[in-house]
Amino acid sequence: MNLYGIRAIYIFEMARTFRTLMESIASPILSTSLYFVVFGAAIGSRMGDIDGIGYGAFIIPGLLMLSLLNESISNASFGIYFPKFTGTVYEVLSAPLSSLEIVIGYVGAAATKSVMLGILMLLTARLFVDYQILHPLWMIGFLLLTATTFSLFGFIIGLWADDFQKLQIVPLMVVTPLTFLGGAFYSIDMLPEPWRALSLFNPVVYLISGFRWSFYGVADVNVAVSLAMICGIMLACLAIIAWIFKTGYRLKT
Amino acid sequence: MDSIISIQDLSKHYASGLQALNRVNLDIRRGEIFALLGPNGAGKTTLINIICGIVTPSAGSVRVDGHDISADYRQARSRIGLVPQELLTAAFENVEATLQFSRGLFGKPPAPALLEQILRDLSLWDKRKTKIMALSGGMKRRLLIAKALAHEPDILFLDEPTAGVDVELRRDMWQMVRRLRERGVTIILTTHYIEEAEEMADRIGVIHKGEIILVEDKAALMSKLGKKQLELTLQAPLTTLPTELADYPLEITREGHALTYTFDTQQEQTGIHELLRQLDRLGIDIKDLHSSESSLEEIFVNLVRDRS
Ligand SMILES: Nc1ncnc2c1ncn2[C@@H]1O[C@H](COP(=O)(O)OP(=O)(O)OP(=O)(O)O)[C@@H](O)[C@H]1O
Ligand SMILES: [Mg+2]
Repeated sequence: MNLYGIRAIYIFEMARTFRTLMESIASPILSTSLYFVVFGAAIGSRMGDIDGIGYGAFIIPGLLMLSLLNESISNASFGIYFPKFTGTVYEVLSAPLSSLEIVIGYVGAAATKSVMLGILMLLTARLFVDYQILHPLWMIGFLLLTATTFSLFGFIIGLWADDFQKLQIVPLMVVTPLTFLGGAFYSIDMLPEPWRALSLFNPVVYLISGFRWSFYGVADVNVAVSLAMICGIMLACLAIIAWIFKTGYRLKT
Repeated sequence: MDSIISIQDLSKHYASGLQALNRVNLDIRRGEIFALLGPNGAGKTTLINIICGIVTPSAGSVRVDGHDISADYRQARSRIGLVPQELLTAAFENVEATLQFSRGLFGKPPAPALLEQILRDLSLWDKRKTKIMALSGGMKRRLLIAKALAHEPDILFLDEPTAGVDVELRRDMWQMVRRLRERGVTIILTTHYIEEAEEMADRIGVIHKGEIILVEDKAALMSKLGKKQLELTLQAPLTTLPTELADYPLEITREGHALTYTFDTQQEQTGIHELLRQLDRLGIDIKDLHSSESSLEEIFVNLVRDRS
């Protein structure tokens, strides 16, 4: 195992994060705060409780999930896309690193940043609403799993994308809508059929539901199913990445 | 012969269908400076990139110090440093950080003293805290060399290292290459400046349209393919060659003011003596003599032209 190599990539990526502190940390926190102000404090005060939880508190796991998914994907995809775009990836490709080590470096850094953001957002949310975390270990577990899984997913997008538009299209056109429709702002039990049944095809529903369960002990679907879902997505991402590296797809000519 | 890189039947078809390399066989000797020459698009960069693990070969195999580049890539790659043809650098990092990054990637523990020495050797020590984007092109080129040396490779690939580099820097660079060679580093370089290959290399390979068309010791190459020319400046200009001289490989040059005699350095008899006597007999007076050897450049141009 080339530990120094993994460390080099990880440090490089983290340095990039801290160099761009404003956009990589401050801006997601600001936008999340705005959600809390608008949905939590302003509108939330006029909304009834859902599953016995105040609206402001109810939306916290969903909002966190929304940022977590977007940040993980955009951070990890950019991390590998950019050196590919500028050509500096030659150095990583010519180094004695296995594909697994490259993935650990890039995805590890992206996931670290997402987790940091998630924690910062939780602290920020405290300023606006009161919430509790019933199952803190599960919460941390979901946080880590989601950050890692969607950083892997972002890594795939970064490998696949050959222009900036493709880099942004998946988070913008797929992940954000799925999150909004995935029960970030409502319980899917509130939906009429067939929308409720259709929602069950949306993987983000399972993520948000499980995450919310770790906070309040209430869920749209069984927490075991949520866990299985996220592990399933993770394995799928790992399989795709393994295939990409094996074939050299879009990385080597 | 102790070869450090051994390339066997290496071929590369790009996805576009283009065949960039066609069954290349080549051995690089331990400790030598090998110059790879060839026109644009000949396949030099492709060959280097395959050895370094950046491009996947379509067929054939490469062994680096006995290690197969795909089966045993860790061993193979850790011995190699690459200075790419393009100025590919991150923009926002500083010089020192990017060197640490390079060394780390190759699995080596931090070595501040070594990195300092490398930066000093390349006159970049003053710039160690400077962001890469604030460096000039020549400094970036040196930085790429520093990055390639950061993990103490045994083999250094320099893909057109002196493109866009001023004369002084080029001289420094070649001095550095010589120092590296003295330390036992094997160096493979490509260049379009043939004087460079002529001055630096121990052996020269010529690649054309993806095929190695020649590999030779530089000295042997020069003498084997080298032609000498003798230019005879005339007292009075000539318009036509006298028939008595028709059998000589002579040409009227400089609008009749000179005769140019071409001969092979390999031949026992150069025929110069005979020629001079003949000229004397014909009453053609000579003002000045000047002989020149053909350079590698001419050899190379002739080779490539003969092929196409
Ligand atoms: N990624 C690629 N996809 C398709 N064709 C490529 C690719 N890279 C190089 N080629 C083609 O392969 C051939 C060899 O290119 P290569 O870069 O190896 O040449 P070179 O000898 O290094 O040339 P130069 O002296 O200009 O650097 C060229 O015809 C080039 O167009
Ligand atoms: Mg080239």
